[in-house]
Amino acid sequence: MARISSAVFSSHIPAVGAAIDLGTTQNDYWAPAFKGFEFSKQWEAENTPDVIILVYNDHASAFDLRVIPTFGIGCSEQFESADEGWGPRPVPPVIGHPDLAWHIAQSVIEDDFDLTICNDFKVDHGLTVPLSLMFGKPQKWPCRVIPFMVNVVQYPPPSGRRCFALGKSLRKAVESFDENLNVQIWGTGGMSHQLQGARAGLINREWDNKFLNLLVKDPEELTKITHTEYIREAGSEGIELVMWLIARAALGAQVNEIHRFYHVPASNCALGHLILEKA
Amino acid sequence: MALEKPYQNIPGTTVFDADMSRKGYHLNQFCMSLIKAENRARFLADERVYVDEWPMSEEQKLAVLARDYNKCIANGANIYFLAKLFYTDKTPFERGVSTMTNMGPEEYRLMMLGGGRSIEGNRYIGEK
Repeated sequence: MARISSAVFSSHIPAVGAAIDLGTTQNDYWAPAFKGFEFSKQWEAENTPDVIILVYNDHASAFDLRVIPTFGIGCSEQFESADEGWGPRPVPPVIGHPDLAWHIAQSVIEDDFDLTICNDFKVDHGLTVPLSLMFGKPQKWPCRVIPFMVNVVQYPPPSGRRCFALGKSLRKAVESFDENLNVQIWGTGGMSHQLQGARAGLINREWDNKFLNLLVKDPEELTKITHTEYIREAGSEGIELVMWLIARAALGAQVNEIHRFYHVPASNCALGHLILEKA
Repeated sequence: MALEKPYQNIPGTTVFDADMSRKGYHLNQFCMSLIKAENRARFLADERVYVDEWPMSEEQKLAVLARDYNKCIANGANIYFLAKLFYTDKTPFERGVSTMTNMGPEEYRLMMLGGGRSIEGNRYIGEK
């Protein structure tokens, strides 16, 4: 039987990916941000799973306004790095796990969550930056990755409550897969940031840290946060944090906190990071 | 019955909701076209000719040509689509974002280094 053993949460800021690609992670600006991932890379190397289900959002790379799936799952064999306007990130292709992905799609849809099955698309910084943060710059990624997309660009994104319920359904789906696989679930995006308008640059350290605390101890409480509260308190793009609730619910109620990191600024954003293991 | 929009009293913030998305559809799809290198080159070679290929309003076209990002947002642009325009111009993302505030790029950069824009006084329009 497959099982979800741990969860990784991380922002997926494109400038972080650029720092890795350009080799500037140790300059004065970036060194404090990357310091928070030194332990994480070590931990990930020691706990590399067979498969990562990576919850992220596409940023007008694979999907534009023609089709806007609320939830999507990548079911194909391989996903290339997308050109987001400055050429594709120089990272290895992402190798999928079609057997598990299709199993999840069928299980979760039968459980009332209407995923969009996606077979031909490229992955952007939302997916590749967390991989780079946790694995560095390998020749090939050391495990398979199932892209799991959530619309947080077109308002309204799915509610936190819906995301949390979907996470529980994902866990059931993984646990009903016959092959003995060690699976990690990653939740990405956030934390507080606003990238538009006169209020751009908003950071809410206190709110972010309360979110991190509750995510560990009482994640169900976070499902009460309304979309308007996310936007007001964490910025118009901070609403991405609903994606963390999918990963948190998929891990199960009892967890051990392994690592936590919070840093401001990373470009326009607050960078948040947590590693949780199933207790 | 009209949709409730409880997010409309947040200062300096435009939510990319259904109405904005409808308004900005062609503007955003124009930005999306810049994801291809050949389109970036063609746009930069003659911007007016390129924007005229898209069924945008004149106000949207002028906002694009002026790189007036706040006006683009007011006309339905979404930041992740506008980002393609930043990249086409080779404008660093943080710098592009800073032009929408009342700060210069350096002042904005220093604000971020100092911990970002404070939430205090920035939750509600008219709040002190």
